[in-house]
Amino acid sequence: MKKKSRFLRYSVQDKTFLIAGYTLLGLFVAAIIVPMLYIIVASFMDPVVLQNKGITFDFSKWTLTAYQRVLSNHQIWIGFKNAVVYSLVFTVLSVAVTVLAAYPMSRTDFKGRKFFNVIFVITMFFGGGLIPTYLLISNLGLLNSMWAVILPGIFNVWNMIVARTYFRSIPGELREAAVVDGANDVLFFFKVLLPVCTPVLAVLAIWQFVGMWNSYFDAMIYLDDAAKQPLQLVLRSILIQNQPESGMISDMQSTAQRAQLAELLKYATIIISSLPLLVMYPFFQKYFDGGIMVGSIKG
Amino acid sequence: MSNQTMTASMKKQRAKKIDWSGTCLYFKQNWQLYVIFLLPALLLTFIFKYIPMGGILIAFEKYNPIQGILGSPKVGLQYFQQFLSSPDFLTYLGNTLKLSIYGLLWGFPIPIILAFLLNRVQRTGIRKKIQLALYMPNFISVIVICGIIRIFLSVTGPINLLLGTQINFMTMPEAFRTIYIASGIWQGAGWGSIMYTAALANASMELREAAIMDGANIFQQIKVVEWPAIKDMVVIQLIMQVGNIMSIGFEKVYALQTDLNLQTSEIISTYVYKKGIINGDYSFSTAVGLFNTIINVILLVLVNKIVSKMNDGQGL
Repeated sequence: MKKKSRFLRYSVQDKTFLIAGYTLLGLFVAAIIVPMLYIIVASFMDPVVLQNKGITFDFSKWTLTAYQRVLSNHQIWIGFKNAVVYSLVFTVLSVAVTVLAAYPMSRTDFKGRKFFNVIFVITMFFGGGLIPTYLLISNLGLLNSMWAVILPGIFNVWNMIVARTYFRSIPGELREAAVVDGANDVLFFFKVLLPVCTPVLAVLAIWQFVGMWNSYFDAMIYLDDAAKQPLQLVLRSILIQNQPESGMISDMQSTAQRAQLAELLKYATIIISSLPLLVMYPFFQKYFDGGIMVGSIKG
Repeated sequence: MSNQTMTASMKKQRAKKIDWSGTCLYFKQNWQLYVIFLLPALLLTFIFKYIPMGGILIAFEKYNPIQGILGSPKVGLQYFQQFLSSPDFLTYLGNTLKLSIYGLLWGFPIPIILAFLLNRVQRTGIRKKIQLALYMPNFISVIVICGIIRIFLSVTGPINLLLGTQINFMTMPEAFRTIYIASGIWQGAGWGSIMYTAALANASMELREAAIMDGANIFQQIKVVEWPAIKDMVVIQLIMQVGNIMSIGFEKVYALQTDLNLQTSEIISTYVYKKGIINGDYSFSTAVGLFNTIINVILLVLVNKIVSKMNDGQGL
């Protein structure tokens, strides 16, 4: 009731403005939801109907063929497994190295802080580029190894700055008290500091996990072996290069049938591959607001 | 006289000595900070960031793997000249700049508008649901987004079904930028609005109530209360994004390229990849990449100067 009466209090001009604004917002939300719903419905269609008429709501004709075919393909599962392994290993190592470095960098009494800061920040501005990095990875013998994808990005300067900013917001008395109690830096860091810094740890972990899960470039240039490809590369051959994994459509007789089926399989592939992150996302949404603020206010 | 100089120099020496032992003591007490905390990051930075910087040398030589980086014959700026004088140079530079500048012009204001609109949704429950929907596309991978775009825009796809046409959008050079930028907004605008939304939520509620009491209409409220709350953030974000104009990402452009839209979709980073990794033209590719990096550095340094001036002298 209270809300309603407030809306009535607005002037005509304000009301028009608000209605226009809400409509705009509604349109934007619709523009996000409608394509997603379309993909979901389309993934249950018969391939021929889908190509000629688009989606229909004749439920008797809906089928799970697409899902059966995609899920019975080995390469998708290999991709999933690799993506989970790479992303988890990368996230754990990255967060560990990054927050470890952020701790001394957050202490104003740390000798050499300015020097190390310059060393780190230079890498945000300048780098060797694609080929020198590729040659390094190749010289290290890491081509076609998961470490080629994982190692170069472990230490992230931007994330270090975010963590450093967060550490600085923790009252200095905590450390003074710990020092009085005889704790050294390692003890203080793990027993006192990290436990009160879980929000920033969560944010960094999610950033790194999502980043690794969704990327494909490094895997594309460093990993040739099909058994080592992460999910995104498998998806790339199905969705972008239009080359469904063998066995997915090979039992179809005509080229036209195969093309129709390949199109249908794309919809199911999109759903299956996006589901894990989209399902998890609402659970860690609460961490984002705080974390984004940490990174944005003071660079 | 000599006695005096002696004592002076001895004093100096002593001072140095005391300083030195003090430093020693400091390291003895704080070795953990260097060895346990900082060393892993330093090592990784050195190996994966600084060693490749040395590798830039191959842009100035005719690199061949057998002679190595130090042994290959020097050619000076030959590869830079080759790139800068080729007719492709202006096309690729132009494509890179147009894609990111148009992207910025269209993409930058929308998150801000979204944040203003969200801030006007009074019921928290509804606002949370809208936010959930707005942020969602951010979690879909580049490959899947580009897959969706390709399906929707294909000759038999839903857009053509809807329009009753058979246009192959993905092969049209004139459609590439629109596709790239519009889908970027679709995916990223909601996510980009988070920090503005948070800042607006923190804007003093009392101030807004007072403005309403004074009979301020919505435009006036925005002008007096809401815009000042996010103004600095907007300016800093704008400057930072301008600084990143040359570092437009490879992954999405490459996934949206087709043989027929290269005329507008080939940008410097995709060119570097094709020349270097696919053709194995290491030196030329490195030179092109270095050219891009240098423009980028100049932009970033300028931007960092401006930001630190605004941010109480605190840059990165």
